[in-house]
Amino acid sequence: MKKALLLGDEAIAQAALDAGISGVYAYPGTPSTEITAYIQNSEQAKEGKVHSIWSVNEKTSMETAIGMSYAGKRALCCMKHVGLNVAMDPFVNSAITGANGGLVYLVADDPSMHSSQDEQDSRALAKFAFIPCFEPSSQQEAYDMIFEAFDLSEKMQIPVMMRITTRLAHSRAGVARREPRKQNEIKLHPNPKQFILLPAIARKQYNELLDKQPALEAASENSKYNQYIDGSDKSLGIIACGLAYNYLMENYQDEACKHPILKVSQYPLPRKAIEKITKECKEVLIIEDGYPVYEELLRGYLNQGLKVKGRLDGTLPRVGELNPNLVAKALGMPATKGEDVPALVVPRPPSLCKGCSHIDMYKALNEVMEKHGKGKVYADIGCYTLGALPPYNAIYTTLDMGAAVTMAKGAADAGLLPAVCVIGDSTFTHSGMTGLLDCVIEKTPITIIIADNSTTGMTGGQISHAYGRLEQICEGLGVEKEHIRVCTPLPKNHEELVKIIEEEIAYPGVSVVIPRRECIQTVGRPKTYN
Amino acid sequence: MKKDIILAGVGGQGILSIATIIGAAAVELGMHLKQAEVHGMSQRGGDVQSHLRISDHPIASDLIPQGKADLIISVEPMEALRYLPWLSKEGWLITSSEPFINVPNYPETENVLAEVKKVKQHVVLDAEKIAKDLGNVRAANMVILGAASPYLGIAFDKLEAAIREVFGRKGEEVVNLNLEALRAGAKIAKG
Ligand SMILES: Cc1ncc(C[n+]2csc(CCOP(=O)(O)OP(=O)(O)O)c2C)c(N)n1
Repeated sequence: MKKALLLGDEAIAQAALDAGISGVYAYPGTPSTEITAYIQNSEQAKEGKVHSIWSVNEKTSMETAIGMSYAGKRALCCMKHVGLNVAMDPFVNSAITGANGGLVYLVADDPSMHSSQDEQDSRALAKFAFIPCFEPSSQQEAYDMIFEAFDLSEKMQIPVMMRITTRLAHSRAGVARREPRKQNEIKLHPNPKQFILLPAIARKQYNELLDKQPALEAASENSKYNQYIDGSDKSLGIIACGLAYNYLMENYQDEACKHPILKVSQYPLPRKAIEKITKECKEVLIIEDGYPVYEELLRGYLNQGLKVKGRLDGTLPRVGELNPNLVAKALGMPATKGEDVPALVVPRPPSLCKGCSHIDMYKALNEVMEKHGKGKVYADIGCYTLGALPPYNAIYTTLDMGAAVTMAKGAADAGLLPAVCVIGDSTFTHSGMTGLLDCVIEKTPITIIIADNSTTGMTGGQISHAYGRLEQICEGLGVEKEHIRVCTPLPKNHEELVKIIEEEIAYPGVSVVIPRRECIQTVGRPKTYN
Repeated sequence: MKKDIILAGVGGQGILSIATIIGAAAVELGMHLKQAEVHGMSQRGGDVQSHLRISDHPIASDLIPQGKADLIISVEPMEALRYLPWLSKEGWLITSSEPFINVPNYPETENVLAEVKKVKQHVVLDAEKIAKDLGNVRAANMVILGAASPYLGIAFDKLEAAIREVFGRKGEEVVNLNLEALRAGAKIAKG
């Protein structure tokens, strides 16, 4: 069969379909979005009636996937790294309940923060939760590993993580497919009680989780993805994790590496191989495209044993994404850099699109806030975060999804008034609704602007579950009807929007202002599933 | 045969269609390929680039090492310069001369083009104008690809076949427009 040219994300999606999933559950998030999008557009998925509708947030997506596993079927749950923070509760606890049908958590990290607010390394969280983790070094490996991940999940009755990074997610390569496998039938676990985490059961289950660890370690030791490649020059041993293996090998295209190499793509770490390379070699260089998670472990707290080089001693940079040049430098190879970038080249940051509704919203808001002074607009995550940049300079905070509402509340509680927040429609249903209820309960003096462009814009225009129900949600949570104000943000309505915002700031209770105009990128696309 | 190519432009300019055509031709020739793209935040009018690697042999890294790119193909002149650290000493720079100005401090176009011309091996062309004259600015990408075609190591008819394959779904008219754009670009490169 001709190889298909697939993004890492697409290879994972196709693999999950071929491995017989009955559902994918996810909330959009760069760089993981294309996995679910691929399944949504797949004929194979339609034929197999594979569930693929977006979830409201990562926590609901993970719990739903766990429910599907409980019923005996295979489920994939995808998210960006910070999404795992939102889903942390089901994540940790599902290791304790264990899985029934194969359950894989695909977490896409973003070292260098290309499109994110941090560069946390999800491998640390897999380790924390005692969950095994796969870290592919290529698109083909990503495809193949998904099969093994589901098999391991069912064999060991445990959720399995696959950790990728932006580079793999968004890079294309030829991928050879396997024969598709049938979906599982519904089948309850012989011991359904293990899913009830009452303390008495949880204690037992937690011990079982710990008891599984030696077998998981053995699986890593026997994994074909963890390879020991011997070398004659034992002055240095190299441990290369995930994609870092490719950056290493890029530097040995013309002549073979003389040092022993341990390629690691499955965790827990293969203990015997680690013992071998550290015993045989005088020094060890560990290359991780993320946090120095295992470097720290190998070094030990007091750093008195092994000689370990990596991100912590400056051999590699402490932060950011790796590349072949950084690895070459770590190996003492000469730099290959071409000409410098000419001095006249200026940065070109992302910006709001021409005609974007958020521009009109910020123009009105800035006019109103001028008299109130700086520091009183709390924003959230989405295209409207670009309101932080010139010419708007309109917002003062962006923490995590939903935090606009709750940070504004905290500041209002502290007495910093007025408190105005800006949140997108999709972010509002993701995590803003609960904070709004907090405000309603205390009748907090706050003005919440839900910038409604009727889509999940930042991640490419996925369906927003807020569509058609925003006012109802706000009313249902207890916002007074006369303080839910809708307006179309267009230059011709500027005065009207200014007036609405002014009036609602003057009201000493909870108000919601909804500037509503469709995203210009998604005009004409369906807004709901039916 | 091995070619490492950096594609450059501004989010929304559609540099990926150039990559798609080269990729389709390379796959048809049974070559290996890796292509790192930029999705997400930068696509909103920010600088975007794609590392495209094609080779007879398996490829290790998704990213091209600095100083090793055989070609920079850019649809915008300032963006072409941003990746000079990647261009090899023998490499070619092919770029459109038409600036995309969405930042207040964009340098004088003249000065940008002067920097471009300092690169030993370069092709500069007003791809947008050529495409407009052919009937549609949106074919500017294929003009640029045409201008790069002598340096790709892929036979011209294979690129034509790839255009037919990729644009085939959109109908004969679109295919012909893009083929004409490719040929117009190639003519300029050959002088
Ligand atoms: C926990 C978490 N999940 C997902 C994301 C990725 N993400 C950033 S903004 C955004 C959606 C924004 O949509 P909306 O609030 O409607 O604003 P818009 O971009 O449309 O203006 C998403 C999904 C994230 N940053 N954090």
